[in-house]
Amino acid sequence: MSNSITAPRPAGQPILSGTGLVKRFGRVTALNGSDFELYPGEVLAVIGDNGAGKSSLIKCLSGAMVPDEGHVELDSQRVHFKGPQDARAAGIETVYQSLAVAPALDIATNVFLGRERRRSGPLGTVFRMLDKPGMRRDAKKALDELGIGTLQDITQAVETLSGGQRQAVSVARAAAFGSKVIILDEPTAALGVKESGQVLQMIRDIRSKGMPVILISHNMPHVFEVADRIHIQRLGRRVAVVDPKAITMSDAVAIMTGAKVAE
Amino acid sequence: MSDAVSDAPDAPAPSAADSFSHRSGTFAGVQRLLHRYPTISPAAVLLVATMVFAFFSDGKLIKAPTLGIILQQTAVLAALAIGQTLIVITAGVDLAVGTGMVLTHLVVAKVFSEWGVPAVVALLIGLVVGLSLGAFHGFLITKIGLPPFITTLGTFYIFQSLGLTYSQARTIGKADLGDKAATKGYDGLLLWTGKEITFGARRTGFTITVGVILVFLMYLAFTYVLNNTAWGSHVYATGDDLEAARLAGINVNRVLVSVYMVAGALYAFGAWIQLGRSLSASSNAGDGQINLDTITAVVIGGTSLFGGRGRFSGTLIGALVVSVFRLGLTLSGVSAYWQTFAIGSLILIAVSLDQWIRKVAK
Repeated sequence: MSNSITAPRPAGQPILSGTGLVKRFGRVTALNGSDFELYPGEVLAVIGDNGAGKSSLIKCLSGAMVPDEGHVELDSQRVHFKGPQDARAAGIETVYQSLAVAPALDIATNVFLGRERRRSGPLGTVFRMLDKPGMRRDAKKALDELGIGTLQDITQAVETLSGGQRQAVSVARAAAFGSKVIILDEPTAALGVKESGQVLQMIRDIRSKGMPVILISHNMPHVFEVADRIHIQRLGRRVAVVDPKAITMSDAVAIMTGAKVAE
Repeated sequence: MSDAVSDAPDAPAPSAADSFSHRSGTFAGVQRLLHRYPTISPAAVLLVATMVFAFFSDGKLIKAPTLGIILQQTAVLAALAIGQTLIVITAGVDLAVGTGMVLTHLVVAKVFSEWGVPAVVALLIGLVVGLSLGAFHGFLITKIGLPPFITTLGTFYIFQSLGLTYSQARTIGKADLGDKAATKGYDGLLLWTGKEITFGARRTGFTITVGVILVFLMYLAFTYVLNNTAWGSHVYATGDDLEAARLAGINVNRVLVSVYMVAGALYAFGAWIQLGRSLSASSNAGDGQINLDTITAVVIGGTSLFGGRGRFSGTLIGALVVSVFRLGLTLSGVSAYWQTFAIGSLILIAVSLDQWIRKVAK
């Protein structure tokens, strides 16, 4: 098998990497010595069949799961995430498939949910008053930066938004707070064609600001549209990292399912 | 309710209108309006109920003394409905709010009359008791994982039994609750909430109590907290979608425990208002209605039993609606049996309306 489909290793050091990651659940081995590298400024797609260990891999990187063996490095420093909060504090933001928005609350409140800002002075320290004008202004800015001009009113409830707009709010939240890495778990799974296109455009916008993105997706056309490199996970390990410009979708799926072997 | 529907068809659509461009017509407009301003419907119910009962009672209901009595009768219910609102916003329910308040007010009355502690200390002991009852709810719900309904159904009986045992079902009267050093016009701190304030002449004027004012101030304070603090946002988010709130980094168990403890502290507040209202302490306080009446007030006020949405202004109006219904039906000469029927129907209409309004989101 030729090497040409394998993606060239980007220059520089990985921003986020995992080495020899192992995760077992009783007698089931979800991760069997899996490696992972994300380089600065790239969109790395992670694909794999059900049970290939995609979500276990991502959970180890986002702090939702602690690996049994192996280690994770952020900026070439070893990190030991005990929970998603640790990863978030280190600059890794994850947009979960379930979106993690509170539908009845407005957009600005959702963008700042769990990280509310208080007013300065005694209003904030004594009366714990939220800085609503400031949060609304910055939430609007975060949405504008991702080109979501259709959201006119930052005070409207998230439940009045379409699926794509809700996804946009989640992604905007991640983009606003993530300082190193953004992880998107199946961001287009529940969306229509037009809305998917908007989300893919947001991914490109995030990349153009220099922020690396990990995209977990089942949707091959979407993966091939935005990914710089594709990490293929199979049977608990990384079997290949391919270049979407040098491989066909059917070959990528063949590697994913084991019908074809890379290298 | 039907009046609210026919009054507001031409209201301007909220700016979310573009997301609803597939929806049109008067009904959808009203639905959107009620969704955006949920206090409109309880306010309309209160207005209509007041006008209807004013008519059937030959104007007796809207005389100044009667209006004062309505506010006084609403005070305890409204005080306890604050905690109930918070709990319902987290998608829970507190069936023990009435017996919790009764137990707390018996403790306050007994330690004051029998131990001879100062009134302030008796109230602080009541606060500790209330907080403990609330913390017990929070523990059962977050650590044992019991549903709030079951938790508070169990403690409903437990608090009731403790109250009866502790008081031996005896009533503690005004003579034992007043301050020994009380001067004329002031019966001491425990009964201060019952002190009357009259506007106008004694017989024809408008009379409220200190308790009414304190309850109103409490509503203002809690409205601020819910709308302007991070804790308030977290309470909404927890009730809206527990898992989403957790993923957003909110410690949902801590939020839930804090909500039940705040509700417990409000048992003590309600106990104080109750002491002033009845000028006595008895295991019969609240007439056994207060438990369910708080839920009625919350539901009529537009707070969703499914969690995540609700306002204190609505609950306050809902509590007034309950009082206006009870007194209005009495003054209109309707039998007490049918009063209960009317309240029941009102709940069903309120929840149906809530379901309809929620469809905006779908």
